[in-house]
Amino acid sequence: MVEVRNLHKKFGELHVLKGLNVEVKKGEVLVIIGPSGSGKSTFLRCLNHLELPTEGEVIIDGVNLEDRRTNINHVRRWVGMVFQHFNLFPHLTALQNITLAPTKVLGMAEEDAKREGMELLRKVGLRDKADAYPEQLSGGQKQRVAIARALAMKPKLMLFDEPTSALDPEMIGEVLEVMRNLAMEGMTMIVVSHEMGFAREVADRIMLLADGVIVEEGSPKQFFTNPRQERTKLFLSKIL
Amino acid sequence: MALDLNLDVALKYLPFLLTGVSTTFEYTALSFIFGCILGLLIALGRISKSAVFRTPCLAYIDFIRGTPLLAQIYLIHFGFPQIFGYKPVGYIDALVALSLNSAAYMAEIYRAGIESIDRGQMEAARSLGMTYGQAMRYVILPQAFRRVIPPMGNEFIALLKESSLVSVIGMEDLMMKSNMMAGRSFRAFEAYFTSALIYLALTLTFTRLLGRIERRMKTDGRS
Repeated sequence: MVEVRNLHKKFGELHVLKGLNVEVKKGEVLVIIGPSGSGKSTFLRCLNHLELPTEGEVIIDGVNLEDRRTNINHVRRWVGMVFQHFNLFPHLTALQNITLAPTKVLGMAEEDAKREGMELLRKVGLRDKADAYPEQLSGGQKQRVAIARALAMKPKLMLFDEPTSALDPEMIGEVLEVMRNLAMEGMTMIVVSHEMGFAREVADRIMLLADGVIVEEGSPKQFFTNPRQERTKLFLSKIL
Repeated sequence: MALDLNLDVALKYLPFLLTGVSTTFEYTALSFIFGCILGLLIALGRISKSAVFRTPCLAYIDFIRGTPLLAQIYLIHFGFPQIFGYKPVGYIDALVALSLNSAAYMAEIYRAGIESIDRGQMEAARSLGMTYGQAMRYVILPQAFRRVIPPMGNEFIALLKESSLVSVIGMEDLMMKSNMMAGRSFRAFEAYFTSALIYLALTLTFTRLLGRIERRMKTDGRS
């Protein structure tokens, strides 16, 4: 589903990503962890070209994003993204947040979009909040609407950029619950997160990114109980 | 020393002055509307990544904001007809000058409004597959419009006052009417002070109206 080859990203002199090679299979859940400033978010943002790679290529479901003939807008239709700060559209209701892209981008009929939108709201447990504006929602509710908004485009791949980092502790669970269900339905997911419990339970694979390189990757079991690298042990000792 | 002040003249000419108010208002409202539309296009060009759009828009804004409106009115009414060889029409020239002028100021108001919207809004919209244009239209601009209403109102009031300059090319607005009143009655103070008070009444009315709109928007919530 996702193939990343020799990905480099530089911001001026700053070399953030130093030649990453990553492969994610269909239905796989990859959780990326790492200290702040290690390039996790930048990596994720390269996957839908919110950041343009300096070098290397990103291939998603057979489409090479670095190919000049590729229309990135078309690729983004089926690559959903969830942001740390939700980025809900404050002038639209929860339901309108969800239906905007399907109607305007895919040309879906308003009624169909609404029906599917309500179904998605039900799925994230916010059916009664359809007409609420983002400012009337709690952080956890906002993030669940944001997930529903991304799902409305029927993505093949979901990118989560620290989806619970901006949440109050008591709201983290409800968001992780939605993500867990999504993973169980077989969604291909790449998640940048500090939620080790979630990683241990839901991830098929965990990857430690530090200073722009992949330090170690492996199954949750191997990663947490028997890390190979000193750097991994050091990192785990700090957060666990 | 008694002041040589004649209130009767002011009252006598008041209806005459008021006939100029509608003209003043017409210029203000029309150039405000044109300015709103043209200003938005210029603002979008100004923030464009492409220098082809950005450079001319920037030059336009700089030129208009860096030169006196009076010079612009003269240029449009006397200058262009000379080099292109056509007959100037005062009414149109006045409208064009005011509209082009307000468009430059509006463009900067729009730009500030657009740039005040969090970058994450554009990213979220783009991440859903929207084009830059769709994201602007459905996500960024609707939010920016709310924020530009107060400065837009101020621009309207500024325009109301600056429209008095069209009197120099013979447009019979409130300013011109007070010129005429001064000429006919030989009472310059009464003429200009009365018209000044009318301008004040108009600007105060609009300022308060604007204040009400802003308050209503606040209670409406939703930034």
